[in-house]
Amino acid sequence: MFRNQYDTDVTTWSPAGRLFQVEYAMEAVKQGSAAIGLRSKTHVVLASVNKASSELSSHQKKIFKVDDHIGVAIAGLTADGRVLSRYMRNECINYSYTYESPLPVGRLVVQLADKAQVCTQRSWKRPYGVGLLVGGLDESGAHLYYNCPSGNYFEYQAFAIGSRSQAAKTYLERKFESFMDSSREDLIKDALFALRETLQGEKMTSSICTISILGAGEAFHVLDQETVQRLINEFEVVGEEPPADDEAAAPDAEAAAPDAAEGAAPDQGAAPMDI
Amino acid sequence: MPKQQANWSPYDNNGGTCVAIAGADYCVIAADTRMSTGYSILTRDYSKIIQLADKSVMASSGFQADVRALQKVLAARHLIYQHQHNKQMSCPAMAQLLSNTLYFKRFFPYYAFNVLGGLDSEGKGCVFTYDAVGSYERVGYSAQGSGATLITPFLDNQLKSPSPLLLPAKDAVTPLSEIEAIDLVKTCFASATERDIYTGDKVEMLVLNANGIRREVMELRKD
Repeated sequence: MFRNQYDTDVTTWSPAGRLFQVEYAMEAVKQGSAAIGLRSKTHVVLASVNKASSELSSHQKKIFKVDDHIGVAIAGLTADGRVLSRYMRNECINYSYTYESPLPVGRLVVQLADKAQVCTQRSWKRPYGVGLLVGGLDESGAHLYYNCPSGNYFEYQAFAIGSRSQAAKTYLERKFESFMDSSREDLIKDALFALRETLQGEKMTSSICTISILGAGEAFHVLDQETVQRLINEFEVVGEEPPADDEAAAPDAEAAAPDAAEGAAPDQGAAPMDI
Repeated sequence: MPKQQANWSPYDNNGGTCVAIAGADYCVIAADTRMSTGYSILTRDYSKIIQLADKSVMASSGFQADVRALQKVLAARHLIYQHQHNKQMSCPAMAQLLSNTLYFKRFFPYYAFNVLGGLDSEGKGCVFTYDAVGSYERVGYSAQGSGATLITPFLDNQLKSPSPLLLPAKDAVTPLSEIEAIDLVKTCFASATERDIYTGDKVEMLVLNANGIRREVMELRKD
């Protein structure tokens, strides 16, 4: 009810104890096209949907290599994402210059989160309008983090952000318990299935999605189009259902239900930052 | 009381020799592995060579602490380049970067005498030779370091045309085959080792060609 009165400045609290500008920034993340991340003990897969603004233009880059052992997928204002990727790359280069070893992922996401927090407490700044899925491998294993515009960050086994990400999240919620011990190939396949959920029936081709992987003994890289198309063809030939699925419900039926939930506005009372 | 002179120097010379020869479709870069200080040997097994990019290899003699610092700066700059341009730096680009990096410290130089070798964008061998502050030139062959004065006249004799009138001055590629060039490099080091006390132990050679990069090590006199 007071949303419009207290949302001019990021440094203005609402009577309910919320910063509306930060919440609006998180809305921007939901507007971007989907990005998905999953991890096993040894690998992290980041995938995204290539949405072009028109048929004439090319799609925006949403997955960036930060270092050999870290990659990031973004959703939201891609310009903000590009700037943050450049920051992350710089931090990695400076750390390995000084310490001759790769920057631990946990440290990088904290630095990123602190950087985002600064923008929520300066009247002359605005929050970054981008959500980042940071995947990395360090001495403590493979990790997947999600960095919010609010300055919060969380570690995930698997996550999806952006538009229609709820469909992917539903799929991931069903399968995530098996991810830790997944093989590299199964992890990529699950990423493709999750990505397909967000396409909502649209034909899945290698031109519409980008898949990237990093892992033990494998530097971060984006899979080329032919490899991705081959993987898509493989599971398209097998059948529409994802393999080894014990549940009765087919993924297509489940895709319909989350879509309705996606459309409903977030509850005005709850503060979405308190996840 | 006579005027006191500074008796601490930020520099030291760790000795050593580097050589590079460019061919029509290959490049050989070589350096000995002896690291000295004064009349002592610090180690017999130190590499002065680093691969900066796919097709760029640098060998540096002089003060190895400065050499190491220089190598790290160039490696970091190359990473940045790859992030921005999505490709590896070409050898001529790396040559310019090295020159700029050296001149950046014009008033407290890197005590490094560098030779950069690799393949240019056409696949031809290229060698760039530097002084400590970044003055550089593309050449067909070069030697730097403590044994350079012994090796360069020999290479001139073997590789340079007898008269500058017969061969145009811009010729930056030697007519030798890869095998012949490697043999020549081995001969250079074996000879320099005889008379230069700072050169010896082993010579490490890197050969770049269209198939990739190959490493060869040859033993030298240890005295």
